[in-house]
Amino acid sequence: MIDAKRRTLLKGSLGVSAIGVAVSAGLLTPGTVLANWPKAAFAATETDAALNELLGSNATENSDQIKLEAPDIAENGAQLPVVVDTDLEGVQSISIIASANNSPLIASFDLGTNAVPFVSTRIKMAESADIIAVVKTDSGLFSKTKSVKVTIGGCGG
Amino acid sequence: MAGSIKIRARNSNGVTTVKSIIQHEMETGLRTDKKTGEPIPAHFIQEVTAKWKDEVVMTGLWSGGVSKNPYLSFKFNGGEKGDKIEITWVDNQGQSGTVTDEIG
Repeated sequence: MIDAKRRTLLKGSLGVSAIGVAVSAGLLTPGTVLANWPKAAFAATETDAALNELLGSNATENSDQIKLEAPDIAENGAQLPVVVDTDLEGVQSISIIASANNSPLIASFDLGTNAVPFVSTRIKMAESADIIAVVKTDSGLFSKTKSVKVTIGGCGG
Repeated sequence: MAGSIKIRARNSNGVTTVKSIIQHEMETGLRTDKKTGEPIPAHFIQEVTAKWKDEVVMTGLWSGGVSKNPYLSFKFNGGEKGDKIEITWVDNQGQSGTVTDEIG
C-alpha cells in the first residue's frame, strides 16, 4: 500500500517535472500544453463517465448506419485494428471506447469540414470486452458496439 | 524512439485516403519494468493534427490506449496530386513531431 502510494507520487512528480522542463526550455508555451486534451474524459474509469466528460452526455442511440470493424477474436490485445465508417450526416467527431480498459476512452477524432466520417487505427485492449464507436452528429450521439474476445491483454506488464 | 512519421496519401474518385504510421512508444504508465520492478512513466501522444494544405482535416485526441507505433488512416473530400499533407503530434511529455508529404 505504502509502496503503491510512493509510486503514484513518483509518477506524478515525474510527469509534472517533464512538462515543467519543456515549458521552461521554451519548447512549449503553457497555453499549448494539453490545451484541447480532455483530461477528465480520459481519466474516467467508466464508459458513461468518459462520454459525459467528453461529449456532455452518455445518451447514445444505437445506429446501423455506423460500421465498426474489429476482429471477433484478438490474439494480441496490444495491436487491435479498429475501423469506424459511417454514412450519418453532419458528423462532428468519432470516439473509440474499449469498455473494460482502465481508461475506457481510447481516442476521439474531431473532423474538419472536408473530412469523410471514417477513421482506422489500432488500439490496446486489456481483456475481452465491447468496443464502442460513438459518433457525434449535428442531431445527437449515435453508437455501434462490437464484442471482442482478447486472448492476451495489451495493457499491463 | 519517438520520431518519424510515414505518410501515404492517394486520391481516388475525388476522395483522398491518407495512411500514416508514427514511431512512438505509447506507454500507458501502467506497466512496470520487468527487470527493476519500477513503473514505466506514461509517454503517449495526446494530440495529432492532420492538415490538407492549410486546412485541418482531423484532430485526434489520444490516450495511452492507442497502440505502440500508432497507425492512423483517414479520408477527406478533395485533394489533388501534389497537394501538401501535414501530420503533427504532441505527447504528454511535451515532445512533438511533424512531417509533410504530397498526395501521390
